[in-house]
Amino acid sequence: MSLLEVKNLVVEFPGRRGTLRALDDISFSIAPGEILGVVGESGAGKSLTGAAIIGLLEPPGRVASGQILLEGQRIDNLSNEEMRHIRGRRIGAIFQDPLTSLNPLYTVGRQLTETILAHLPVNAAEARQRAIQLLKDTGIPAAEERIDHYPHQFSGGMRQRVVIALALAAEPKLIVADEPTTALDVSIQAQIITLLKNICKSRGAAVMLITHDMGVIAETCDRVAVLYAGRVAEIGPVHDVINQPSHPYTSGLMASIPDMTMDRERLNQIDGAMPRLNAIPRGCAYNPRCPKTFDRCMTDRPDLMDAGATRAACWLHAGAATQAEVTA
Amino acid sequence: MSAAATKSKALVQAHDLAKTFDVSAPWLNRVIERKPRTLLHAVDGVSFEIEKGKTLALVGESGCGKSTVARLLVGLYEPTRGGLTFDNQDAHAAFKGNDAKAMRRRIQMIFQDPYASLNPRWLVEDIIGEPLKEHGLITDKEQLKTRVGELLKSVGLSPLDMVKYPHQFSGGQRQRISIARALATEPEFLVCDEPTSALDVSVQAQVLNIMKDLQRERQLTYLFISHNLAVVRHVSDQVGVMYLGRLVELADKHTLFDTPRHPYTRMLLDAIPKMHDTGKARTPVQGEVPNPLNPPPGCAFNPRCPHVNDRCRTERPQLLSIGGIRIACHAVEEGRI
Repeated sequence: MSLLEVKNLVVEFPGRRGTLRALDDISFSIAPGEILGVVGESGAGKSLTGAAIIGLLEPPGRVASGQILLEGQRIDNLSNEEMRHIRGRRIGAIFQDPLTSLNPLYTVGRQLTETILAHLPVNAAEARQRAIQLLKDTGIPAAEERIDHYPHQFSGGMRQRVVIALALAAEPKLIVADEPTTALDVSIQAQIITLLKNICKSRGAAVMLITHDMGVIAETCDRVAVLYAGRVAEIGPVHDVINQPSHPYTSGLMASIPDMTMDRERLNQIDGAMPRLNAIPRGCAYNPRCPKTFDRCMTDRPDLMDAGATRAACWLHAGAATQAEVTA
Repeated sequence: MSAAATKSKALVQAHDLAKTFDVSAPWLNRVIERKPRTLLHAVDGVSFEIEKGKTLALVGESGCGKSTVARLLVGLYEPTRGGLTFDNQDAHAAFKGNDAKAMRRRIQMIFQDPYASLNPRWLVEDIIGEPLKEHGLITDKEQLKTRVGELLKSVGLSPLDMVKYPHQFSGGQRQRISIARALATEPEFLVCDEPTSALDVSVQAQVLNIMKDLQRERQLTYLFISHNLAVVRHVSDQVGVMYLGRLVELADKHTLFDTPRHPYTRMLLDAIPKMHDTGKARTPVQGEVPNPLNPPPGCAFNPRCPHVNDRCRTERPQLLSIGGIRIACHAVEEGRI
């Protein structure tokens, strides 16, 4: 059974000038111990998907329909109080900016023990021991001393290790990591990614890794979901999505990344920009920018369908019969 | 000027540029708590040349002084030591003297964050037109409009966009507006401080393509600052690697990426995620950048370097020309690596 299952998730923002649909029919699942990458441009709905799963949608945003199941239990319709027990205990969260996700007024030890005491049946001394062990596990040198330091006394990379320790404090089954390395330098990024990968493997936790960095996805994830304008454009094993993308958007995205091994005079660019939520075109949302667009793309919205090794939301992969029927 | 221009091929020459910031505690604290003055050597003796029409990229981790170099080059900071020669004139003397405007017209800057670098209350027309008016290049209103329209077209936007406000544009379009603004005075030298790091990859490709096209059309010279090595490899001719305020390696793009010599450059290159080798772990760089207020003695990289010996811990390596590149490393100099 999958650990997390998201079924036809729709997130809407009601407003005075109509309702904006920010996530439109998103479905995916994560198996225990698996790392799923979620990529997409800014505004594609990556972070919103993460926020919906951990129950931290900013009002007026709401789950309009669909289901989120954690170990078979629905968690999208729980009250705030019930959700508070799941968050931290069963789902850990790591955010982009390690400075804003730690409280500057408390020592890291106090923040860690608070989380441990809130979720696990231990006493204060045990919680402190546990916190020191967590800091050691995340590679913080001299953890016994560092535990009494304040966040500002840590460097960016070290702070992100503290945040990871905090997310792991109650041994959650699922970790939602939203751009965990974006604020870090490339050398520190490699350290954090390696840490995240190893620590999740050793504890058997599943990870949903949200990022816009394809390089990070490539080395970390088992599967990847590419989001575009609030929908899943393509989902599949990371190797296939990167090397043989089936959706024209994924191929365009891959080609626009400067490559270390190839010399090109110009980068391949996708013209135009992602549509705004209040102006999503009819049919496939990618049709104004797609080089392979045909009649059906203009009228019908594609759902995910089998496309080789991956699943893509693109009419190019609707069986030959239906395609002939449309073009005829 | 044309006679002077033949003296040297390089359009931009920085020699021993240094910038020190005083980050001491306030005077009273220093007196009462007996704290000494603390100086931060943000840039500590950086020298390079850029030929006309070429791109020099500076790479390095945060805090290594890349952006300070950019600000020194456009005259936003005055150097503590050393100088900058632009087209065989002393640029910092010019920034202070009567030629300040003329010099500023020829050197322009593109900033990192397109959300912060455009005034949200101004129309695009005013944003791009301001340098034209400020430098007295165009005074006639109609001509100004035509020129702003041309500039917008040159960066792939429509002249009709000039009556909009910055918030009506996406990040990539805003960055094009800042490029159009920088191009307004027809500069010869553009300093680009992380121009694409706030952008998505697909938009980054659009902006990088525009920058390359403009360079070809107008013989622009770029100083390109970035921490993204793949982007640097794409845009640059020469690459300088900085560490704690100093250049550690300066070489031709192909030489640097194919045969990196400095241990730090090698570590940086190893740390890049390889897109097509899925699931392969990178070699993480050990350790972190030391505190610049209290850099280690000798070579600043010595605590993280796998080839360290006693000399590295005591003597600071100079930037030497070895085998066609410039490098500051005792191990390379002694032939140990």
